[in-house]
Amino acid sequence: MRRRDFLQGVTAGALTFFFTTPVGSAPIVPTRPGAYPEDFNAYLKVSADGRVGCFVGKVELGQGAMTVLAMLVAEELELDPAQVDMCLGDTDLCPWDMPTGGSLTMWHTAPVLRGAAAEARAVLLRMASKTLGAPVADLTLKDGAIWVKASPARRTTFGELVKGRKMERHLGKVKPKPLSDCTVIGRRVPRKDALAKITGAAKYAGDLRFPGTLHACILRPPAHGLTLATADTAAAERIPGVRIVRDGTLLAVLHPQPDTARKALALVKGTFEGTEPDVDDVRIYQYLVDKAAPGQRVVISRGDLAAGEKRAATVVEGEYRNAYESHATLEPHTSVAKWEEGRMTVWASTQSPFVFREAVAEALKLGPDKVRIIAQFVGGGFGGKLVGPGAVEAARIARQVPGVPIQVAWNREEDLFLDTYRPAAVVKLRSGLDAGRGAITFWDSTVAGVSQGEAELSYDMQATRYQAPAVPGLHPLKAGAWRAPNAHTNAFARESQLDALAAKAGVDPVTLRRRLITDARLLRLLDLAVETFGWEPAPGPTGRGIGLACGAWRQGLVVAVAQVAVDKTTGKVRTERFLEAVDVGLVVNPDGARQQVEGAITMCIGQALSEEIRFKGGRILDKNFDTYLLPRFSAIPRIEVVFADNATMVTQGIGEPPVVPVAAALANAVFDATGARVTHVPFTPERVLEALKRVPAK
Amino acid sequence: MSATVSFMLNGKPVTVASPRDRMLVWVLRDELGLTGTKVGCEAGLCGACTVLVDFEAVPSCSTTLADVAGKTVLTIEGLAVDGKLNPVQEAFKDHHAFQCGYCTSGMIMAAWAFLKKKPKATRTEIVEAMEGNLCRCGAHVRILEAVESAGKAMGGGR
Repeated sequence: MRRRDFLQGVTAGALTFFFTTPVGSAPIVPTRPGAYPEDFNAYLKVSADGRVGCFVGKVELGQGAMTVLAMLVAEELELDPAQVDMCLGDTDLCPWDMPTGGSLTMWHTAPVLRGAAAEARAVLLRMASKTLGAPVADLTLKDGAIWVKASPARRTTFGELVKGRKMERHLGKVKPKPLSDCTVIGRRVPRKDALAKITGAAKYAGDLRFPGTLHACILRPPAHGLTLATADTAAAERIPGVRIVRDGTLLAVLHPQPDTARKALALVKGTFEGTEPDVDDVRIYQYLVDKAAPGQRVVISRGDLAAGEKRAATVVEGEYRNAYESHATLEPHTSVAKWEEGRMTVWASTQSPFVFREAVAEALKLGPDKVRIIAQFVGGGFGGKLVGPGAVEAARIARQVPGVPIQVAWNREEDLFLDTYRPAAVVKLRSGLDAGRGAITFWDSTVAGVSQGEAELSYDMQATRYQAPAVPGLHPLKAGAWRAPNAHTNAFARESQLDALAAKAGVDPVTLRRRLITDARLLRLLDLAVETFGWEPAPGPTGRGIGLACGAWRQGLVVAVAQVAVDKTTGKVRTERFLEAVDVGLVVNPDGARQQVEGAITMCIGQALSEEIRFKGGRILDKNFDTYLLPRFSAIPRIEVVFADNATMVTQGIGEPPVVPVAAALANAVFDATGARVTHVPFTPERVLEALKRVPAK
Repeated sequence: MSATVSFMLNGKPVTVASPRDRMLVWVLRDELGLTGTKVGCEAGLCGACTVLVDFEAVPSCSTTLADVAGKTVLTIEGLAVDGKLNPVQEAFKDHHAFQCGYCTSGMIMAAWAFLKKKPKATRTEIVEAMEGNLCRCGAHVRILEAVESAGKAMGGGR
């Protein structure tokens, strides 16, 4: 293959689809926010050359949506996934969808897409039946061809049948193939984005190079709570090529070169007004508890707490905290916007093309039909790119310079400053175990900073009360969804508390969980995890440094087992081994699912041990990766992943579940190693040393 | 400050008219259109912009144009020759040693620079060599496996 062909092949397989629609032309798919189109043509098109195009409003964040969705189409249409061209996240070309988050792609979108592909298969077979003069039952299909089984020379192709047109015939709901007939689902499939990503050809929003692009750098206040009052741009404007755009409190310095725009911005002198929040990363926990207190309400209540406490032989009281944590995607938020012929097009690094469309339309007072969002390859999301202030900024600037593409690429400092963090939180728990060490007699939980989402797991508890605040604007900093929101905070508290109860009562933590678990599926998963890991029952702390935790996200279940070594002089925790047993129902793409689990474990080693946003008032003190510490290669343990064999349950999605129990398993492992209970995420060396000081001498 | 600077880029001579103190990453991406080299931190902390200068891995966000005058620069776009992937690229593809892909160019360049010198590396040595490159998606275990297997493919089988 010549190099040119090779590189063209690379880009053709990417998000930019094989036929491009000029900006301003009528949408191919009428978008209906809030509902999936019923017409399968919205999802699938057969081009004249017989290739199948698949259109979905999700995006490729690295989680493998492009590959796994192609697998579903390939399965029903008897193609190789490589024969399916994916177009993702273009609001003009793709049917409406929810944001790419919450592990919704496989749970929510996949059945719709698979149903559409099943209907398309049935329609194609009927069309072929007419063309070939043979009953459908006598036909077979493979690789885009349909032929009469008994006489393969009587054949036609998808391309010949459809001739690039819309398929008019509809059959309503058609059942997808039974699992026993599936040949693509469950198979290791090469990632469709591999070639583009390993050659550098994959285009992220910041890689677009439209002629005449101006790079916009925005004047930021030094602290949250402040907005721009006055600005002196004279020095910046002396740099040749600089242009200043103002829109209310938004001030941007534009230049054809991104680095020159950034340098010119540094010459702008701004004054800011407003009030910074009066809190910092140390006082935040009491701040949240105090502010939440008047709004606390009972969200779940069962049984008599006081009676339960009387029955308890062992009572543990715990307070569990976690800091603000950044998404810190390696690709900072980036958008390119262009205002042309009364329409705004934004090429964005986004998880939510349709939400971004609404946000841009609202900011510019346009109808949503006047806005087109085109998602590019996205350099990580994790919940951080569900919202689009950068896209709105780019659009506001572009609106003032018609016809000029405007790129807004946040730098790392802006990305850490403007992120919607994982919310800091405090969970207070009080609970008791009976004398037989087999029943939780009461469990009383109060949170501040998060909801009680996924706080309960299928443990038998005789009396429970869960309280959460209904206080708008609780957080002094912007908080948002961070991969499995609420669930990791609540699982950390719950699983730490259970371990503390087990230790105080002198029972092995796995044995205690076995006695409490009411769901057979979770029980089987626990067995799978401990058998694979080689758990030897013993009450903690054993000194081995092994800890276990369970977690859930919807019906997706995970049991995590961690092994750590703790340096008692430095407080440094080293993760040596980490196993997760995962039950998310039918696993469509085993290697893709495995990648998600490996990634979640790795990411949450950072969450548990090192990642924390430090702040003073509205000032974010972490400005780059020198102090905001992501896990590096030396922090990575041996990782093992096992999936429960549960192909009869509907696929649950895999982005969130494996995140949930990681910090808890590590905290329980630290306890097992040292007898010190770490209750504050991240458990940095300083916090581990503090916890070690609290361990009573034997 | 503006001057022309000449260097070898992916095997071909190039001359760029740009300030000598301009960072290489911007020259590559904006003057030369090679956007495979990514911008992650602009401070040499994340490795996303790693390129090879005279076969040494350097962060191009902290390397000036003057630094590469008369030298040899290799970027991700220059690794595959006539459509044939480099052994490190092959290994990253086979192991699915990436997710979002934003760190991948830098990872591959760092790994290639290291393996050229030491294909028979131990796991510990590979970890040390890759320590400056961040991956947020958590592809680390696969990246380590891919680097090991690329080393073997390059004749460094252990």
